[in-house]
Amino acid sequence: MDLAYKIFLDPFVQMGTAPDLLMQTLWEGLVAGVLYSLIALGFVLIFKASGVFNFAQGIMVVFAALTLVGLYEHGVPAFLALAITVGVMFGLAFAVERLVLRPLVNQPEIILFMATFGLTYFLIGFGELVFGGEPKVMISDQLLLPSGAYRVNMFGGFVQMQKIDVAAAIIASLMVAALAVFFQKTRIGRALRAVADSHRAALSVGISLEYIWVIVWFAAGIVALATGIMWGARSNVSFALEIIALKALPVLILGGFTSIPGAIIGGIIIGVGEKLGEFYWGPLLGSGIETWLAYVIAMVFLLFRPQGLFGERIIERI
Amino acid sequence: MFYREVGQFKTSYAADQALFPILQDKIGILLILTIAFIVVPLVATGFVIDSIITPVLVLSLAAIGLNLLIGYTGLLSLGTGGFMGVGAYACYKLATFFSGVDIIILVICSGFFAAAVGTLFGLPSLRIKGFYLAVATLAAQFFLSWCFIRIPWLYNYNVSASIEVPTRTLFGIPVTGPTATPVTRYLIVLTIVTVMTWIASNLIRGRVGRTWMAVRDMDIAAELIGIRLLPTKLLAFAVSSFYCGVAGAMMAFFWLGNAESESFSINQSFLVLFMVIIGGLGSLLGSFLGAALIWGLPIVMRNAPVVLGIPVTAATMEHITSMTLGVLIIFFLIAEPNGLARLWQIGKQKLRVWPFPY
Amino acid sequence: MRAPTDPDVAAGEVLLSLENVSLSFGGVKAISDVSFDIRKSEIRAIIGPNGAGKTSMLNVINGFYHPQRGRITFKGETRAEMRPYRAAHGGIARTFQNVALFRGMTALDNIMAGRTLKMQRGFLWQMLRYGPAMAEEVEHRHRVEEIIDFLKIQEIRRVPVGRLPYGLQKRVELGRALAMEPELLLLDEPMAGMNLEEKEDMSRFILDVNDHYGTTIALIEHDMGVVMDLSDRVVVLDHGIKIADGTPDEVKSDQAVIDAYLGVAH
Repeated sequence: MDLAYKIFLDPFVQMGTAPDLLMQTLWEGLVAGVLYSLIALGFVLIFKASGVFNFAQGIMVVFAALTLVGLYEHGVPAFLALAITVGVMFGLAFAVERLVLRPLVNQPEIILFMATFGLTYFLIGFGELVFGGEPKVMISDQLLLPSGAYRVNMFGGFVQMQKIDVAAAIIASLMVAALAVFFQKTRIGRALRAVADSHRAALSVGISLEYIWVIVWFAAGIVALATGIMWGARSNVSFALEIIALKALPVLILGGFTSIPGAIIGGIIIGVGEKLGEFYWGPLLGSGIETWLAYVIAMVFLLFRPQGLFGERIIERI
Repeated sequence: MFYREVGQFKTSYAADQALFPILQDKIGILLILTIAFIVVPLVATGFVIDSIITPVLVLSLAAIGLNLLIGYTGLLSLGTGGFMGVGAYACYKLATFFSGVDIIILVICSGFFAAAVGTLFGLPSLRIKGFYLAVATLAAQFFLSWCFIRIPWLYNYNVSASIEVPTRTLFGIPVTGPTATPVTRYLIVLTIVTVMTWIASNLIRGRVGRTWMAVRDMDIAAELIGIRLLPTKLLAFAVSSFYCGVAGAMMAFFWLGNAESESFSINQSFLVLFMVIIGGLGSLLGSFLGAALIWGLPIVMRNAPVVLGIPVTAATMEHITSMTLGVLIIFFLIAEPNGLARLWQIGKQKLRVWPFPY
Repeated sequence: MRAPTDPDVAAGEVLLSLENVSLSFGGVKAISDVSFDIRKSEIRAIIGPNGAGKTSMLNVINGFYHPQRGRITFKGETRAEMRPYRAAHGGIARTFQNVALFRGMTALDNIMAGRTLKMQRGFLWQMLRYGPAMAEEVEHRHRVEEIIDFLKIQEIRRVPVGRLPYGLQKRVELGRALAMEPELLLLDEPMAGMNLEEKEDMSRFILDVNDHYGTTIALIEHDMGVVMDLSDRVVVLDHGIKIADGTPDEVKSDQAVIDAYLGVAH
């Protein structure tokens, strides 16, 4: 009885009696959610256009951030370093298409998925080799990203919102809007969707797979860079980020693997859900439940709706 | 020339369906077993056994477990590390409670605990397919990892949150703990792995294996023949987790001598997954080959600079190993998606017609 | 292969009947209020232009699709819908338009898989293999070899089915269905993609199965010559509606059928 009280009543009471804390938690959840969404967005881009689940997206985030910071540490001015990093991500996209995707075209998706595992290990080793393994500080000031916090008084207390988080939310929204327009309205966007459906069919109507793939991996690389900058600004840039990228999976499950709005909404749901769970129910179970809570939420969700919130229902034709 | 099967006729279906129908294969396996059981303990140093041979055997068993799930039944699982951990911690608790019982029996029992947990996390597989199922197993993996730290009862409230393996004896000889010799531990692991591999091959060649493969290849058609999907998938999870659990228990008791949550983390899951992929999906031999390569390669690479006299730091070697592993995975997927086992088969084909080219 | 003996249904009696079955997917009506029956030991053809709902009909009988309305009576038991497992248990076997073989397995293994329902030996014996499990395996191997002889596919036993040419794949699939010792065999376009010789072979197999083992057969087929030669009775579907039902001769001269195939607007 006491346990039931603790699970079902107490947390809500806590929420009600300290609404400013609730707001703070919600805000933290929203911020985390935005970052999850950005990572998920990178996955969605590549999956939507090439049917490949790019396990290396997480390491691409780290790699992009490391390149940026590493260049700066070697004396390159901030914005030039940014431009060069963009170029590096393009180079990476080009190399991946040439060396990994092209030889594996038409192979079943599971093979391509496993190839991205290989890519991940390679980038981890390469990144550590070139940049060293210690955590680094993101050059947020030099990139003119705001620091400090807003303090909003409400509900008798206050809510603290880091300016960098607000900036992250705004930048993420802009990126999502741009990508959505790109996919729906442009010729290349249409070609991307065609390729996602069937490599062979797209080839047969003359769409150049190589060109499309380079573009889409480059776009994902840009998203990865933005994510790396945002995330690195909040906490340092280290290889631990790579595992956090796995968090994008529950987001993708909720939002569907091919939906951009789904990635955003899914990310926010997971981020908020996780923070609420951790803050209000966490003390009950012990700390650290955020390592698995998101996955369990996603799994439960899958049981009721196996294709996710926005995903397409696959009807098997016999 | 040596490998021709011409002239070897089978006069019964039983002989036709035997494990090693060709005489040369029979001789080959006998040779391998002789080397494993007799030659290695006499010749190899304790260091080599402890750092290479025993680990490869243990990981091969885990790879077989995962292969049964992914390669034969087509269910993608990323929870291998967690299931191995269940086996290890279960064995530890059993050893604590039943200190008089034979340790080998406890190891087998801990497999059942892992099987139970595996079956539980396999339940979603009725509704969830393919990739999404991998996420459910990830939930299992992260949850179990969390449990291994956050439930102190599992490691007997040890301050360091790790389990220290107690000394247990078999016929008066210490087989676990600090006093057990590498050879003793190796022989026990070898026996268990050999028996369980034989059982796995029996399952695969019979009705059970066919139902698994049917579910993997086309589950709709499998239903049509009268195969019930959920029991089949759950059986696959149960057996697979059993194998992983036993492997985990052996890892703690006969290889490392201790263990902690990190030994059974998501990284372990990925490691075993790569062994299965590179070794070859759907191949028992592949599980062994993959384990040998994935475990052996870093060791070779770590020691190569020393042997060759090239001055490279250990850390750098780690990074290069990681890169090499990544490149190797991609290379294998491009060149031979069916893994080392397929290369082996191709090799045997060539041997059949040797010295002729075709 | 033994002839299925069922004291419940004698030759000539109704084995399966569908009453007022309607099936739709979302807004698309695949089958509208169709009723017909299949009598034991007959060869029943289901024909009609493309998109008429023929495959959907078979899927309903099998239990893959569940009709929104109507009833299915099989061997005396009436249900609102069938389930694949129950259909298999009751003795319904099936082949598919796009061959649904297990591509990772050999031809022999595929047909052995068809014997799964008949294999009893439990998991523990399977682990051991030597002993009862092996004896059962050998016993079923005998049966399967009879089928292999019957279909003349001895040479390709050990070939992974993915490598076989289309015609042989269809034969292996037929073998797998026969391995279930079915009472009702559903064939979805068994002659599709075959040349004249292969069609004659397949027709011979179908007739033999029906003759020797008394297996009731329902087949979807586009080749009119085959339909007229093989079948005892024909049911014609068009746009999900039954437009004719009778012997091949009756159906051949039915005006509605001629219109449907010639595409007269109606």
